[in-house]
Amino acid sequence: MCLGIPGQIIAISDTNHKLAIVNIAGVKRQVNIACIVNEQHPPEKCIGDWVLVHVGFAMSRINEEEAAETLQLLEQLASLSI
Amino acid sequence: MLQEDHFFNKYYTTYLTMSFPSHQPNQLKDTHITLAHGSGGKAMGDLIKHIFVNSFDNPILSLLEDQATLNLANLTQQGDRLAFTTDSYVVDPLFFPGSDIGELAINGTINDLAVSGAKPLYLSCGVILEEGLPVDTLRRVVTSMKLAAQKAKVQIITGDTKVVHRGAADKLFINTTGIGVISPGINISAHNIQVGDAVIINGELGNHGAAILIARGELALETNIESDCQPLHYLVEHILNVCPQVHAMRDATRGGLATVLNEFALTSHVGIRLYEEFIPVRQEVQGICEILGLDPLYLANEGKLVVVVASDHAENVLSAMKSHPGGKNACVIGEVIASPPGLVLLKTAFGTERILDMLVGEQLPRIC
Amino acid sequence: MKYVDEFREPEKAAALSQHITKLCHELKKPLKIMEVCGGHTHAIFKYGIQDILPRSLEFIHGPGCPVCVMPKGRLDDAIAISQNHQVILATFGDTMRVPGSRTNLLQAKATGADIRMVYSPLDSLQIARENPDKEIVFFALGFETTAPSTAFTILQAAAENITNFSMFSNHVLVIPAIQQLLESPDLQVDGFIGPGHVSMVIGTDPYHFIAQTYHKPVVISGFEPLDILQSIWMLLLQLTQNRCQVENQYHRLVHPEGNTIALQAINQVFAVRKNFNWRGLGDIPNSGLKIRPEYAQFDAEIKFTLPNLQVADHKACQCGEILKGVLKPWQCKVFATACTPETPLGTCMVSSEGACAAYYKYGRFAQTNHRQKLDHGHG
Repeated sequence: MCLGIPGQIIAISDTNHKLAIVNIAGVKRQVNIACIVNEQHPPEKCIGDWVLVHVGFAMSRINEEEAAETLQLLEQLASLSI
Repeated sequence: MLQEDHFFNKYYTTYLTMSFPSHQPNQLKDTHITLAHGSGGKAMGDLIKHIFVNSFDNPILSLLEDQATLNLANLTQQGDRLAFTTDSYVVDPLFFPGSDIGELAINGTINDLAVSGAKPLYLSCGVILEEGLPVDTLRRVVTSMKLAAQKAKVQIITGDTKVVHRGAADKLFINTTGIGVISPGINISAHNIQVGDAVIINGELGNHGAAILIARGELALETNIESDCQPLHYLVEHILNVCPQVHAMRDATRGGLATVLNEFALTSHVGIRLYEEFIPVRQEVQGICEILGLDPLYLANEGKLVVVVASDHAENVLSAMKSHPGGKNACVIGEVIASPPGLVLLKTAFGTERILDMLVGEQLPRIC
Repeated sequence: MKYVDEFREPEKAAALSQHITKLCHELKKPLKIMEVCGGHTHAIFKYGIQDILPRSLEFIHGPGCPVCVMPKGRLDDAIAISQNHQVILATFGDTMRVPGSRTNLLQAKATGADIRMVYSPLDSLQIARENPDKEIVFFALGFETTAPSTAFTILQAAAENITNFSMFSNHVLVIPAIQQLLESPDLQVDGFIGPGHVSMVIGTDPYHFIAQTYHKPVVISGFEPLDILQSIWMLLLQLTQNRCQVENQYHRLVHPEGNTIALQAINQVFAVRKNFNWRGLGDIPNSGLKIRPEYAQFDAEIKFTLPNLQVADHKACQCGEILKGVLKPWQCKVFATACTPETPLGTCMVSSEGACAAYYKYGRFAQTNHRQKLDHGHG
């Protein structure tokens, strides 16, 4: 229930059924994108999105800025001497 | 070779040498394997001749005796011990990216001989065919075996064919038994491993296991990973030329690297410390493992050689391996330690250590 | 791998370890942190995170493994369904070796039941499309992370009018389980590492009661080692600063309101069960999901007659105390003797994320000295 892996959506394979192709480290799989599409963000707009993939579903979009913020904090902590 | 009835064998040999203008002796017309192909009659004889004998094509096999006979003196000129091994191949699917059951059946048995330092010479080939198997499929597999045997310079000199009812076997099972000779002075065994030895691998891990998983199709994953199936005896010969005193060697097949190293640790009653950052794993294999929750160290390989050698010789052996096509990506991945005996430890990239245990049952994909 | 490798850098881990150690010294007392989720337990052991943390900081491995907490009776029900020769039972790999009262799914498969492992519930729907003369049953399990995928699968089946498909729902909910633990007087925990992927679905709001009512700080964490270490650091910072809040370390993925689309799908298809029995923890009210009457045609519990027996845990099993942090795996009387990964007696050994199984596989050697200290010190 926890095993999720980041992947990038590279194509929409079936707009009606909300299916897309995701690339995870060179491995491709069809995933269901129902959890991440709505009127503001329809399937076509998902191409290029980084998502968390769990049991064949894209569960949520990974926010690039938030990720960068986390990494920045980790950098800062690493550079602070104890 | 395949029939117990000598009278019938004699009759059949005579039959084959008769010429029939309208008969095309080099073709097998059947499209699918039937029970007749295993019943010892003409159908079986045709199958053996046109599929196996014509393909494997060597003077011993062509004699079509019940057994192959070998001149002992020839063998004792080449070595002072005989290496003898057997393996059965039941892989599904029969054809997968990079290889197939036929090539596997040749290389797998060759490799079991090679890791003793033996020069592989002769193989037997026993097949169990499921009624209904397309003859073309069998042809493909046998051609693959022929090519693998040629590449490896071994001969398939005896064999057996059985056909079972539909459902009693999964398409095609192959058993190959092999013999090879070991030169005097070569003594390679898991019992030789010493504290301080280096552990070397010849390349990326997990490709074969990952390729099979993908080929089964149930997981609907798409990649370009291919099986690493290859004969290892040339690489072994290369290694032994620079270092005849190699301590132990094994090919990391089912159960992966982790299983081989656990076996080594238990047999020699030593510990082994592996360094995770040095273990080569292809990115796509890593990706598949991340998706399914698998550990690449337990995935099967069919062309990976684990070499354990005294630390003084590690440099030489490593260079030799890297200069050979079968060992381009060779690297030292660990060392043999005194304690804890019988266990394999993995030093993570974090500098922390954990046990790399024996596999409990088959590794299964997980969602947790 | 992007968004993975950056969160596994060893140098940053070493730095975080130092910061954590400093905070532990400031707090001057031994600390117990519960990581709720099995995925966190797995990561902690895989990366040896305990080894780079001070000895005074201890992990209590919580009940966040939906496979482990599945009661034997439910496994027996699934095996019973699979015995029907018309049925193809599809499930995740994790479930195959979980013991029921007499056997497991792997054994049932070996003796002729058509049981197939799938990666996604949608794959089981595909099996249904391809086998119209068979009855396909998906053995659904998982926390709120996985419930949306089974909900969407049922919705898809409904949209296509597929009649040979149903689900055996064993979804469980995290919050009631945490609440049950918090209600227990012998729970010994100073703070929680919250399940990142469950939170991706339910958001961070549902955890506030932990801080407000039970006064324990919570940090919702990602699953990479740096995520976990940062979350521990954030927890300790709260403790040193006398704060008690729900913080979100995994904010690149988790929003306070969660994923509304996923939550809507869950609510549309599932209703909360009045009660569900958790292996090791007993009955927990409102902690399971069952399929709503509107989708009854997809409910295997209605389609099939099930034994539906509650089977008690093994007498010697002490999983309940391990889940509450009262006992460590090696302190259980049957650990590594009668109870091993090959012959698991209780939930904590059943799946590789169970505390005992993870410890057995990963931690036996490294923890030897550590556990001696814990046993003789503040056990």
